[in-house]
Amino acid sequence: MITLFCLLLPFLAAVVASPLTRKFGHNAAWFLALAPACSFLYFASHLPEIANGEVVTGGYAWVPSLNLSFSWFIDGLSLTFALLITGIGTLIVLYAGGYMKGHPQQGRFFAFILLFMGSMLGVVVSDSFLMLFVYWELTSITSFLLIGFDHTREAARRSALQALVITGGGGLLLLAGLLFLWNISGITQLSLLIHGGDLVRESPFYLAALLLILGGCFTKSAQFPFHAWLPNAMEAPTPVSAYLHSATMVKAGVYLLLRLNPVLGQTPAWEILLPFFGGITLIVGTFLSLRQTDLKLMLAYTTMASLGLLVMLTGFDTQHAISAAVLYLVAHSLFKGALFMVAGIVDHEAGTRDVTRLGGLRSAMPITFGAALLAALSMGGLPLFFGFLAKEEIYYALAGGNLRAMLFTAVAVIGNALMFAIAFAVALKPFLGKPVKTPKHAHEGPVLLWLGPVVLAGLGLFAGLFSSTAHRFISSPMASAIEDKPVQVTMSTVPHLGMPLLLSIITVALGALVFWRLAQARVLMSRFIDALGPGPDRAFDAFIAGLVKFSSAVTRIVQPGRMDVYVTATFVLVAVTLLVPPIVYGELPALPAWPVDVMLHEWVFLAIAAIGVVAVLTASNRLTAIVALGIQGFAVAVLFLLFGAPDLSFTQFMVETLSVVILALVMTRLRLMPSDHRPVLQKLGDGAVAVACGLGFMLLLLKATQGTFNNSLTEFFNAYSKVIAHGANVVNVIIVDFRGTDTLGEIAVVMITGLAILALIRIRTGSTTLKPRDNDPDAPEGEGA
Amino acid sequence: METLFAVLVGILFSAAIYLMLSKQSVRVLLGIALLGNAVNLLLFTSGRLTREVPPIIAARLDVLPGNTANPLPQALILTAIVISFSFFAFLLVLTYRAFQELGTDNTDEMRLAEPKNEPLPPTGY
Repeated sequence: MITLFCLLLPFLAAVVASPLTRKFGHNAAWFLALAPACSFLYFASHLPEIANGEVVTGGYAWVPSLNLSFSWFIDGLSLTFALLITGIGTLIVLYAGGYMKGHPQQGRFFAFILLFMGSMLGVVVSDSFLMLFVYWELTSITSFLLIGFDHTREAARRSALQALVITGGGGLLLLAGLLFLWNISGITQLSLLIHGGDLVRESPFYLAALLLILGGCFTKSAQFPFHAWLPNAMEAPTPVSAYLHSATMVKAGVYLLLRLNPVLGQTPAWEILLPFFGGITLIVGTFLSLRQTDLKLMLAYTTMASLGLLVMLTGFDTQHAISAAVLYLVAHSLFKGALFMVAGIVDHEAGTRDVTRLGGLRSAMPITFGAALLAALSMGGLPLFFGFLAKEEIYYALAGGNLRAMLFTAVAVIGNALMFAIAFAVALKPFLGKPVKTPKHAHEGPVLLWLGPVVLAGLGLFAGLFSSTAHRFISSPMASAIEDKPVQVTMSTVPHLGMPLLLSIITVALGALVFWRLAQARVLMSRFIDALGPGPDRAFDAFIAGLVKFSSAVTRIVQPGRMDVYVTATFVLVAVTLLVPPIVYGELPALPAWPVDVMLHEWVFLAIAAIGVVAVLTASNRLTAIVALGIQGFAVAVLFLLFGAPDLSFTQFMVETLSVVILALVMTRLRLMPSDHRPVLQKLGDGAVAVACGLGFMLLLLKATQGTFNNSLTEFFNAYSKVIAHGANVVNVIIVDFRGTDTLGEIAVVMITGLAILALIRIRTGSTTLKPRDNDPDAPEGEGA
Repeated sequence: METLFAVLVGILFSAAIYLMLSKQSVRVLLGIALLGNAVNLLLFTSGRLTREVPPIIAARLDVLPGNTANPLPQALILTAIVISFSFFAFLLVLTYRAFQELGTDNTDEMRLAEPKNEPLPPTGY
């Protein structure tokens, strides 16, 4: 119950965000941050029991017949993510309070961020597939809203759409993959599926399920070649970049891979695809990062690289690789969130985030500088920091004798070295050196701004210093959940001699070299990447433009703008519907016998009606057509009278008379072509369609009248119309009593039609009817208005 | 008897649809007027035909005797006649006004909403 409340708390806070902000301005952040803070404390209270290997579960049945439920389960993996989401979320809400201070739509921003928080929390605690998918797509939608927050800029709109198309499309792949898993195992809950991995791995549909789920995870976690949306998402305000696009949402894909590791892992496909795509993403991300000068873009590409590293480690699938992924994931969330916030503060206070136009801010912004430095030390993987543990564990996991291990070790060393260089480029370049004139006079930001980065960067240090506690409560339970067996993470900050340390030293040396020669490296990398030609980002534009052209061409075929085409299509369909099923299923009516009991006058009126109809078709002038229409109408009225329907008959007489009179009045002003001007071929075609439809209706009616007749409704009206409704004329009783509401609706339709006719007659538009006096203010009101 | 009505209904439908397939709005209008009658007769006949005895309960009785016409389709048709008349009147005025404003009764030439050679929708963002 409390869990449910904590899951819903961000959504509730989102509802009150706007009114609170209207009342308290940016200080509303202090109130709104209470929501994630409460959730954080609640989740943190579960730390001891989760560390002991227990899981927290709960939920409500949703569609029991389909085995669907709204249920959650919290183990080490979910709990770590939940703590990151709510903990960093608390800091981000406060940070957004400072960063968006005075923005006219700050309330909307808070609401979006909190909505996202609730969705992301849902993703990581979901037990049932359906709930996971719904929350997964919700994060894509809220991400769309946040990236496009500044919707007046085209770049923001483009980025928002791109992110939605890629991650939302990936979500659909994920749904298909989850349905495969459901089909294979018959299980709809992750907590049960985890123990049924063998069933899935042995299924012939394993590969299909795996590829679809990877499609969902790779798009969400920005793996090459689906990465283009992540750097573009930097169009969003910085709190969004720090929260969604580094610490939480982009890790949803990694989360799901880790979560499904016991189910899908330990197969050749898993151990080839994941390291391959992860490794490429790591290298591509760091290379692209090197050429950037925008602080946020530098960080964004390293985020992409880090996600690649995590995917690579997940695919390695050894116990140490999983431990390394766990450590790196937590470390990354802390230092990358902090660095993004630092970049935001620098941008906010100095007016630019171009690293070449910044310098010497250390004295103006000492606290920010301190936070940046701590975060960079962790990102660079230097001793004492949590990032160091992660890197040691990575090398410990990867280093090995065979060719594959050496290849991926080399990839990891290059990636880490470049990330080292970028980390210090972001943390040192703006602060050291001679002061550079910046667009705004730089000074330290308010507490709302620097609180977040300081806490996160500090945590990176504390977690490293007190690593055994961190392992006991965070790393080990999380790794155990991923491996589905108890795992102890033991890595400590004390460097041990050995291969990992050697690799670390190489990484730092290489990183320092690149940092020292950063300007040259940037130019070199720019040339190299430009030589490769346009990337997936351009391809997305081409895809969207092509899609618009294609759909427009399809629309032109389906909707050519000619009414006769639409009408023909409609009636062809009517004819097919009426004729094909009876023929296919052998349900044609029996050939009726020649009617013998028809009296002469009945023949006469049937014939008059038929002749009237034919006369309407062949009329050579409008008067004949109108008269013929009247003739068939009156003949039908007489037929009603002959067959016991006097009410119908009277109404029909009246309506036909009116129709003929109005038609005659109007048509004298219209030009009716003396004869049909269709070409002969078209006449034949239209005639065939018309005859087919007519035949269809005739056969339908014959079949209906040949069958047995169910008159229970008639019996009902007959039995009660006098006894209960006290009316002798059953037709009238049905209309005004049994179906009175229906008649009321009918009257309303007639009234509305009358009003519409009035409006049509009175409203004059278009230049042909616009008389000069219509514009004359002195003209009398009324006519023609 | 129902057979003959079925044939008449078939003729009415064929004629109505043939007129509606025309490009001249006035012919379409005539077709719609015929279509209303076609549908009404279809309903009427499928409720079975009974000669001459309307469904009115005599003063001394509580229910109808066995051989009266079926009241249910009549009630439905009564509603339908009125609705189709108001619909017809609306279309008539619409045709008239369209002729006044656009100067044509050819539906092919009424292309304000879906013009020929419409430009591509924007392919940007």
